[in-house]
Amino acid sequence: MKGIFKIAAVSVLTVSASLALAAPKFAPAVVYDQAGKNDKSFNEAVYRNGVLRFAADFGPVVAEFEPQSETQMEQGLRRLAQKGRSPIIAIGFTFGSAVEKVAKEFPDLQFAIIDMVVDLPNVQSIVFAEHQGSFLVGALAAMASETDKVGFIGGMDIPLIRKFACGYAQGAKYVNYEVEVFENMTGTTPAAWGNPTKGAELAQAQISKGADVIFAAAGGTGIGVYQAAADAGVYAIGVDSNQNYMQPGTMLTSMLKRVGVAAYDSWKEARDGTWKGGFKVMDLTNGGVDWALDDYNSSLITADMKSWVEEIKADIKSGEIVVHDYMSTNSCEM
Amino acid sequence: MSSQRIPGWINYAVVPLANILMAFFVSALVFVYVGVDPIDAAKVMWEGAFGYSEGWGYTLYYATGFIFTGLAVSIAFHCQLFNIGGEGQAYFAGLGVALVSLYLGDVLPFWLMMPLLIIAAGLFGAGWAFIPAYLQAKRGSHIVITTIMFNFIAASIMAYFLVEVLKPPMSMAPESAVFPVSSWIPKMHDFLGAFGYEMTATPLNLTFIFGLICAVLVWFFLWNTRWGYEIRAQGFNPSAAKYAGIDPIKITLLTMAVSGMLAGFFALNTLSGDMHQLKLNYVAGFGFTGIAVSLMGRNHPVGIVLASILFGFLYQGGAELAFEFPGIDSKIIVVLQGLIILFSGALEYMFKPSIEKLYLKATGWRADKEEAQNA
Repeated sequence: MKGIFKIAAVSVLTVSASLALAAPKFAPAVVYDQAGKNDKSFNEAVYRNGVLRFAADFGPVVAEFEPQSETQMEQGLRRLAQKGRSPIIAIGFTFGSAVEKVAKEFPDLQFAIIDMVVDLPNVQSIVFAEHQGSFLVGALAAMASETDKVGFIGGMDIPLIRKFACGYAQGAKYVNYEVEVFENMTGTTPAAWGNPTKGAELAQAQISKGADVIFAAAGGTGIGVYQAAADAGVYAIGVDSNQNYMQPGTMLTSMLKRVGVAAYDSWKEARDGTWKGGFKVMDLTNGGVDWALDDYNSSLITADMKSWVEEIKADIKSGEIVVHDYMSTNSCEM
Repeated sequence: MSSQRIPGWINYAVVPLANILMAFFVSALVFVYVGVDPIDAAKVMWEGAFGYSEGWGYTLYYATGFIFTGLAVSIAFHCQLFNIGGEGQAYFAGLGVALVSLYLGDVLPFWLMMPLLIIAAGLFGAGWAFIPAYLQAKRGSHIVITTIMFNFIAASIMAYFLVEVLKPPMSMAPESAVFPVSSWIPKMHDFLGAFGYEMTATPLNLTFIFGLICAVLVWFFLWNTRWGYEIRAQGFNPSAAKYAGIDPIKITLLTMAVSGMLAGFFALNTLSGDMHQLKLNYVAGFGFTGIAVSLMGRNHPVGIVLASILFGFLYQGGAELAFEFPGIDSKIIVVLQGLIILFSGALEYMFKPSIEKLYLKATGWRADKEEAQNA
């Protein structure tokens, strides 16, 4: 009886507290997917450009959790929520159902999910306009290609990766309608994100067919693609973070998808009290996606290429060029 | 030193306990090495696993999974068959559960679904174990090799089904649609709530009780039925068993089918009880850990239930550890498990002679008296 009274008192307190403050206490957290935070790819981008940068600016306040199994994904989210962590950012589309369940249970806390839409008022769904970024690197690939044949190697065959492929092909055809685009997917399960051997084999196959620029949107599998391209002396294009440094001289550019920045921004908004739930698109306009130019590839990008791709970029921003999003129709329309 | 004077509880309680304590002691050294106070760590793990009702729920939920995979390994072990395929059998059983849930869930009521799900999980698990069993019995292909290979085959088949057949269109994750509600095994907190007991929501479901029933049935089967006797007889001495008229082919097939069936029941706990959808790799190593559980539990159902709770504690407590000490990798728990397996599996008999000697010394006067009487 006493216990029930205590619980009632506490819940009254918390309800009144949440009414008074409106926003929950700022206590940010992140849940990685099962690949872990040091996966050299997607999760690591969040860790390096999000968590570490936030720690440098505001101190080490971000709680992290790396689940070891499917069950722990939801459990980890719930445990962080029970501790009053907010906003909690879930990395990757695999968290979709878990975020939906836990965010419903804790309507006073803030959640965010990357690469997935969860339609709840206290969830920020952060999606990226990968088709726009891929369009730019596709255009660059077609400009750099001498054989008029370019390649795309995807990781796991899912709509998200087909979105990359579709944007890339559109960009290449925009520059040169004659260009031929080879497309391969590494596999159909998450293992396809970490198979550099197969990545290299696919790249070699495309090179033997004449491709001289290959874009890999394949997580850790890409490492094999870049190596094979370097061995054959053809260009490769990196993905997600700036991978130009990995094979300097043959890395034409990288398609940037700033997941770390997105996580950082979400935490910062919560800190400043401007955090809002709902749909958030990271595109060319707000710098969520982009192409990479740095010391490692400046010698490969001629002034003409640069001005042309910047022109295309401006046209996409202004709406003059509309890049078709594969996921809007589940098909690639050129 | 006559082993007859050593009572059973020394062998079945004191020696395993000494092994676990030794493992915990070495783990404590590891914790000191990584800069965490082992007492604090133990407190966090204990609190996290048993300190509150949610912790209990998760601990027993994980334990349920280990009970099934542990029993599966143990029953094969009694026949001197080393079934390493629990992982694949549990995984493949998930296909049976998913197919029944997805295609019949909307049509049939709950009370008809439950027996169907149990049959589907058991049949698919047993079926997957039956092929290596047949190869062993008829062709002499070693069961260890074939069951390991069948884990990989199961993984490939499941990947095919998940990606090509069961994945809803436009979904990105390789997982099936969510099962209809009539195929969900009730959660323990809902079940107890109906009787007026409040409990925090956890994945713990009624499969736990089914697991305990299975443990009792395995005990009854092995020690109180003819088939159980034949299985143990063949395990103790295959030639003597054959001479006594026990058909080795039949017993091998039977043992492995029962073993696979038990491993298959794992799917009930995880899929029907908690996830409500088939996911890639949902077994997540529980099938392999079942080998350690069985070893620790001395292949006896009581020991297996206790060992399952211990491993459930390690799983749940380990996850808590990762929350409380952000600096340490949650994989430290794998080290802990490894040490427990090392001490209670590989070094099982390290302490046995000294403990027996100690016991005899403590009760020495009685032994002397007995000898005097005998003389």
